[in-house]
Amino acid sequence: MADKRREVDDRFSKFGTVSFTSISRVNDFIDYLEQGKVMGSRCKNCGTVHFPPRADCAECLSSDIEWFELTGTGELVSFSKLMYAPVGFEEDLPYSIAILDYGDYKIFGRISKDIPDKELEIGMAMKTEPIILPNGQLSYVFTKA
Amino acid sequence: MGRVGIIGVGQSAFVRGYPGSIRELAYEGFREAVEDAKVSPKDIDASIICSAPEYDKQRSPAGVIAEYLGLVPQPTFYLESVCSSSSMGLRVAYSMIKSGLHDIVCVLGFQKMSEISSAESQERMGRGADIQWESPFGTMMPAYYAMYARAHMAKYGTTEEDLALIRIKAATYGQLNEKAVYRKPVTMEQIFDPERPPVATPLKVFDCCANADGSSCIIVASEEKAKSLCEKPVWILGLGAASEAVNMAGRDLFTGLSVAREAARQAYEMAGAGPGDIDVAEVHDCFTVAEMMAYEDLGFAEPGEGKALIRDKETYREGKIPVNVDGGLLSKGHPIGATGGSQIRTVVLQLRGEAGPMQVKDPEIGLVHNIGGVGLYGNVTILGRS
Repeated sequence: MADKRREVDDRFSKFGTVSFTSISRVNDFIDYLEQGKVMGSRCKNCGTVHFPPRADCAECLSSDIEWFELTGTGELVSFSKLMYAPVGFEEDLPYSIAILDYGDYKIFGRISKDIPDKELEIGMAMKTEPIILPNGQLSYVFTKA
Repeated sequence: MGRVGIIGVGQSAFVRGYPGSIRELAYEGFREAVEDAKVSPKDIDASIICSAPEYDKQRSPAGVIAEYLGLVPQPTFYLESVCSSSSMGLRVAYSMIKSGLHDIVCVLGFQKMSEISSAESQERMGRGADIQWESPFGTMMPAYYAMYARAHMAKYGTTEEDLALIRIKAATYGQLNEKAVYRKPVTMEQIFDPERPPVATPLKVFDCCANADGSSCIIVASEEKAKSLCEKPVWILGLGAASEAVNMAGRDLFTGLSVAREAARQAYEMAGAGPGDIDVAEVHDCFTVAEMMAYEDLGFAEPGEGKALIRDKETYREGKIPVNVDGGLLSKGHPIGATGGSQIRTVVLQLRGEAGPMQVKDPEIGLVHNIGGVGLYGNVTILGRS
């Protein structure tokens, strides 16, 4: 008989510095991150693309989705550098959150600390790269294109 | 079907740590409103209790509060849209009366943010964002609004000094409001004090409103009841409400709030009025940039032109369109569930000519702009004397 604990697919608890979600029907996102790929979803019925990925399409109500890899560059829409953090994120300070626009979709995340603040400018091209955080969690980060 | 009027308004003092329980806090705003309306709890047909539940230790506070206020056995229920809960409560009260279901409904907003520690509070506020796809990056409310501020600055040339002028205006009137938590003047030097690091660039400490404990209460009645019970009823002329994608990745506008634009469009249409008809406004200045965007989203200025309004002091009491002349959230404090009711109270008092030292000259029509989350929910309410 299978171990009952294994029946809980809580892969999503590996996402980000602190994850607030453990179970999701897009848990495969985490496997792809482990493989070094940041993936979005595409509805196989109507073709709508989504980032963040979704298990269900709100356009046509289909739940038949496929994965696609985020490639190329996005444009920096805006960003902010946090000097204070919520509980659980203090050791990451300071860090910058940002939005990139890839045209068909946007992505929310953090900017790589390798980029000096003075080089950041709205409209600049950036790319999204998967990373493993110091605490072993999985995430992605925006880097210079 | 007749109109719907506001016959009583009340608000507790907004304070840092209220020395009592949530039911006692709710009572403070309620007592003032029933005294103002000259009704007794027995006259109230139903109550809507508005707050953000993550701050409450009490599960389902509506029943506990209704009982304490003497509103049992009438129907009561809990309503939440975070920071715009009590404006959404007014919308629901309007529809309950307009449908003929009830004659008098009480909208009670409250929040005792000091029920939990400041660190817990920041963490819970961050969870007002998308907990699956955003919170794992360590998000906070100021950082989201900071991204809007940076986008506005980049597109329109708005400056940190322009935002500081909004804070200075808020402090000017906060000093006059005996119910405000922050009643001191604020100077440019304090705002740009190099000893104080930004909270989230480009927003600094003085760009942000403070947590507070407080309650507010609005008593709403059918036209017939309002005319028989109240000498100066204030009429609900327009109601607008909208929602937006919670995740920033799902949005297209970063120099304004789409919910405010949509709610304003609905409210103006329903009221048969436009931005030029508004004589006094309360807007949701949880951050200075939120007020700047509100000027533009409500049509008081064209997109990008909001900065001219504050530079020219047109949003001061004597200006073209007085905004937040009670000190706003920046001075009053922001007890989440009570905030919308406090804004509505201010506009009602203005329209009745009872706003004391904050009174603007003879206003006919007033507007309330109340936002939930980072532009997640938006309510715009237009009120009038006739």
